[in-house]
Amino acid sequence: MNAFALLFLVAGLGLIGWLTARARANRFDRGGARRLHSLPGQHGMYVAMWTVLPALLFVAVWSAVSPGLVKEAVLQHPAAAQLPQFDFERDALLAEARRVANEDGAAAFDPVAQQLAAPTRDAQARYRWMGTAAAILLAFAGAAFALTRVRASFKARSRVERGTMLLLLVASLIAILTTLGIFLSLLWESLRFFQQVPITDFLFGTHWSPQVIDAGDPGKSLGAVPLFWGTFFIGAIIAMIVAIPFGLMSAIYLTQYAAPSVRKWMKPILEMLAGVPTVVYGYFAALTVAPAVRDLAVSLGYTYASSESALAAGLVMGVMIIPFVSSMADDSIAAVPTAMRDGSLAMGATTSETISRVLIPAALPGVVAGVLLAVSRAIGETMIVVMAASGAANITLNPFESATTVTKQIVDLLTGESEFDSPKTLAAFALGLTLFVITLLLNIVALRVVKKYREAYE
Amino acid sequence: MTDTPHKMSARGVNVFYGNKQAVKDVSIDIDMDKVTAFIGPSGCGKSTFLRTLNRMNDTISSARVTGDITLDGEDIYSSAMDVVQLRARVGMVFQKPNPFPKSIYENVAYGPRIHGLAPSRAELDAIVERSLRRAGLWEEVKDRLQDSGTALSGGQQQRLCIARAIAVDPEVILMDEPASALDPIATAKIEELIHELRGRYAIAIVTHNMQQAARVSQRTAFFHLGTLVEYGDTDQIFTTPHEERTKDYITGRYG
Repeated sequence: MNAFALLFLVAGLGLIGWLTARARANRFDRGGARRLHSLPGQHGMYVAMWTVLPALLFVAVWSAVSPGLVKEAVLQHPAAAQLPQFDFERDALLAEARRVANEDGAAAFDPVAQQLAAPTRDAQARYRWMGTAAAILLAFAGAAFALTRVRASFKARSRVERGTMLLLLVASLIAILTTLGIFLSLLWESLRFFQQVPITDFLFGTHWSPQVIDAGDPGKSLGAVPLFWGTFFIGAIIAMIVAIPFGLMSAIYLTQYAAPSVRKWMKPILEMLAGVPTVVYGYFAALTVAPAVRDLAVSLGYTYASSESALAAGLVMGVMIIPFVSSMADDSIAAVPTAMRDGSLAMGATTSETISRVLIPAALPGVVAGVLLAVSRAIGETMIVVMAASGAANITLNPFESATTVTKQIVDLLTGESEFDSPKTLAAFALGLTLFVITLLLNIVALRVVKKYREAYE
Repeated sequence: MTDTPHKMSARGVNVFYGNKQAVKDVSIDIDMDKVTAFIGPSGCGKSTFLRTLNRMNDTISSARVTGDITLDGEDIYSSAMDVVQLRARVGMVFQKPNPFPKSIYENVAYGPRIHGLAPSRAELDAIVERSLRRAGLWEEVKDRLQDSGTALSGGQQQRLCIARAIAVDPEVILMDEPASALDPIATAKIEELIHELRGRYAIAIVTHNMQQAARVSQRTAFFHLGTLVEYGDTDQIFTTPHEERTKDYITGRYG
């Protein structure tokens, strides 16, 4: 029985449970509406929840656990003795066996995988039936248990309320748990990397060339400093030189000078910039801005200017994050009480004096937080640098020279032909982890600043 | 009335917010050495009228003012009148204390800096001290001038705002319910301060507290539904009002 049929079946059982319980509660009701603590529909809901939720929970857990059980079962098979011991390669062969088992007419390249296809199929079928049977059993058991409790005095209303709360709690935990899971898997792979390459070599090494790795001392050519410098240079310096003044000035114009009718159409358009897919920006950077920057560099005397400059990527990235800076600055300027503005104007200050001497200082923490969030967004940005920046890892202050970023290198390391388990591939996870930690810290600092600032005006 | 020219005169002033008329045909004089109180129930237009006297209604885009308002005989709504100069001469204190999120010193120094009144640091120090003394705040804050102005108590904040307003040496001070957000003790201090400031500035104060109007003012104007119902000496308004509506309001019949 496939998963869809199972879900329908469980849902159907839930519906039946709901109808049965409601009908039974309706019969209690004959003695007068006041006798029933809960409405018939709530009794129905209570039974439906008991029918559906435990079964679904079981299915979710089972679908996570059963592949492992299948793998264990397949490994018991005599043919499995021929499998390589190495994790990645063994998993690849098992995956091949799974593919052969599940697709009609598929054939395996590897004879061992071919031999294991049949046991895989058997194990899968066995565990699927066990899971299905258990789920249905659970649904019936839940329904039966709940139905026995449907009585006139039973407080189904409060139980349903608590059930709903739990459901919502689970929904909100999923995002958090996913983040945690991502973090743990990054951490795990990174730890494997750091077993092969000393963490100090990675964090403080200034030479990055993953294409030529010395097997004896892989740390020598996996120093991440040039990447982090490039990321910082493009995302936090060049992009911010564009985004901070333009974002701030547009926020000031929109909050202080623009007539309501102008603000009404200008603000949405500015915010729409944030919705442009980054690949479009990447396009723009690679095809329009980069050649223009190269021409500029040539005209300034850099004869060998590359079209993949840090400046091109940084400029476009800066434009991309203008809306972030502007909308955060807009919010924090708008949050400064009108009384403050009036106080300054009543002293005879002009609007621009009021802005520079009272509003901006008062809104500064919010603006700083906006900038930090924008930086964290910029250094995690991938598409623009993949399309417009180069792969050359330079530590340079010259914006016309090529520079590369962490995200761009992760893409390079993980695409194309690559061996699992080599320091080169694992380096991508270490880079990802470091970037994750940096952006996390930036976000935490920014949110704390915002919080403190909000308290100041409440 | 007297022979001396009025400091400020309003003649036939109307204020509109969009299509709604908030102030209808109001004529009032503000004199030196006198406190003029504007009283009346909420929404009667007294605050709106006060804000026309230093053109603070300009900051509300839908507001429109007609009629004549003069300061020393000059029309303040004429194109020759610079609003920056006007507000330096006609200062304002708001209902809710609104110190800037700066130090006490910088709050008071704000106006003098903007208007370039103090070429040297020593002169600025002198202005700050004089203003804080006149606002009756100097003794309380002289040892912590670099502390944030927002860290003071509500009453102290309001006196800081008064010090800030008088630091630019205005001729007229407008006060919009300056004590309504304060406790009775802080209110008493503000009223005392108004007494002391009276000799130096022309003061107009909006209040919804009739005892306060009776205590601090020499002239009283009673507003109702946007019109000026009665205007005269405070003693006369509170003892023998000419208008029935004034009498009803003062005796607590409505409000």
